[in-house]
Amino acid sequence: MQPDEILDYLIPGIMLGALYAVIAIGYTLVYGVLQLINFAHSEVFMVGAYSALLALTWIDPSTNPTALVSVLLVAAGLAVSGTAGAATAFALEKVAYRPLRRRNAPRLAFLISAIGASYFLQNLAGKLFGRDSRALPTLFENKKVFSVFGTQVTILQLLIVCAAVLMMVGLDYLVNRTKLGSGIRAVAQDAETAGLMGVDIDKVISRTFIIGGFMGGIAGFLFGLHLQLSFTMGFLPGITAFAAAVVGGVGNIRGAMMGGMLLGIVESFSSPIFGESWRYVSAFAVLVLVLMFRPTGILGERLGRSA
Amino acid sequence: MSAADAAGADAVGVAESAAGTAVPPRKKMLELDDLHVFYGAIQALKGVHIEVNEGEIVALLGANGAGKTTTLRTISGLLTPREGEVRWRGERIDGVPAHHVVGLGIGHSPEGRRVFPAMTVTENLNMGAYRFKSVPKAELDRVFELFPRLAERREQLAGTLSGGEQQMLAIGRALMGQPKLLLLDEPSMGLAPLIVAQIFEIIREINEQGTTVLLVEQNAAQALRLAHRGYALETGSVVLSGPADRLLSDPKVREAYLGEGA
Repeated sequence: MQPDEILDYLIPGIMLGALYAVIAIGYTLVYGVLQLINFAHSEVFMVGAYSALLALTWIDPSTNPTALVSVLLVAAGLAVSGTAGAATAFALEKVAYRPLRRRNAPRLAFLISAIGASYFLQNLAGKLFGRDSRALPTLFENKKVFSVFGTQVTILQLLIVCAAVLMMVGLDYLVNRTKLGSGIRAVAQDAETAGLMGVDIDKVISRTFIIGGFMGGIAGFLFGLHLQLSFTMGFLPGITAFAAAVVGGVGNIRGAMMGGMLLGIVESFSSPIFGESWRYVSAFAVLVLVLMFRPTGILGERLGRSA
Repeated sequence: MSAADAAGADAVGVAESAAGTAVPPRKKMLELDDLHVFYGAIQALKGVHIEVNEGEIVALLGANGAGKTTTLRTISGLLTPREGEVRWRGERIDGVPAHHVVGLGIGHSPEGRRVFPAMTVTENLNMGAYRFKSVPKAELDRVFELFPRLAERREQLAGTLSGGEQQMLAIGRALMGQPKLLLLDEPSMGLAPLIVAQIFEIIREINEQGTTVLLVEQNAAQALRLAHRGYALETGSVVLSGPADRLLSDPKVREAYLGEGA
């Protein structure tokens, strides 16, 4: 890799990292309030992508829409994928986790339920949408908007990073400055005592899933804008984002943002440096390295502590 | 005993009140009627009867594992009794979930303080007012007046406060919900005697400002000096009850709870 190529990898790395960060927040939020890794979150991401595909091809069946139509399609895609992701996450909590919580089931039962829900959604999508790869319409024909030191930045890259950053800023505000946010933080720190304060724990947990699902669904759509869709598309980004959440310190929102960004950039640089086949190895090598030195992750504390 | 017969006159206390400190006839606020509470197969409460009248400080004494905390947790809806009733101003509230019980005007400062460690003092107090649309400013001022230490540390994370400050915060947080009845679970636990005296003085003040208090304590002597009436629990049952001054001079109490005799 030549020095002048750094930006060629840094920019896609930031884009990928922003997406990982948004997905990682979904894992970390749920972990905060339930101490549960919602392994079905990768399927929320997949549902987001497919719901956008359905909506976009319904609105405009052509594969190469004009710029004006593209703007409309992006807006529709964001709305539909966010809604579908939120609805999926909401249903997941109601069906896969709440009944177990009611019965004070052991932790292992939640894990099995999570994996079961994940496979169920994955194969349901395979059945409904087919097992072949699909693609979203090519929006903006990969138009370049500006160049930084000779490296072109596309509209899509800009869009993805902006959308991700906006969601993260919005979430940070919601968690730290709103009443729902203080409920989420209180439940994460001490659920029973939060109940004594008048916090409806079930409601807070449900809304936490909705928020994480909304962000995860949109991430699925944004991801689908530059990569193929398939019913198993959630797996790799999901597991990488989960690793990002752990790297940042699971339960910590800002940690998830940092971890996602770090893994995205590392992944992007690993293919020119070590070769394409090392791409996914690198992200998990970072996970192992971080955990060796900081077993609780970079900002390893619980949700409320610094978020 | 019929609840109606005793209305306005505490069955145990009324005879004594003439002789001792004045305990005027009061309205019954909270009644625990034959409570049986289980943790799985283990029975923690075996038919507990307790009454709290408006305006009182009632002390609930007993050793570790006697069922004091279980009693408070049942009142605030964290536990549901298998048998018996919890009545709040005559209406059954057993089985009502905790986040609704606080809305009835029952504040609970739990065992071990349980402040939200990663929130500031102010955020913790705001959590206490979660049931309201907005934080009642007057209440916040009152809490800071009762506990000037909290006012000095309002931006400090609760997890970094001393034990005594955390206890003040736990009580203040419960007050932010403007409770009619305040449940205090071992406010003296692990604190230096000077701080305990300070906190007990503040509890008296809170009571004089009109909040009824049900106080769980292992520190029986101090609790009975503060309270109007007391109950002693042993392995899930009430074994003694009466006006505080009488309990304080009762040889059985002195032996079992004040470490005398034996």
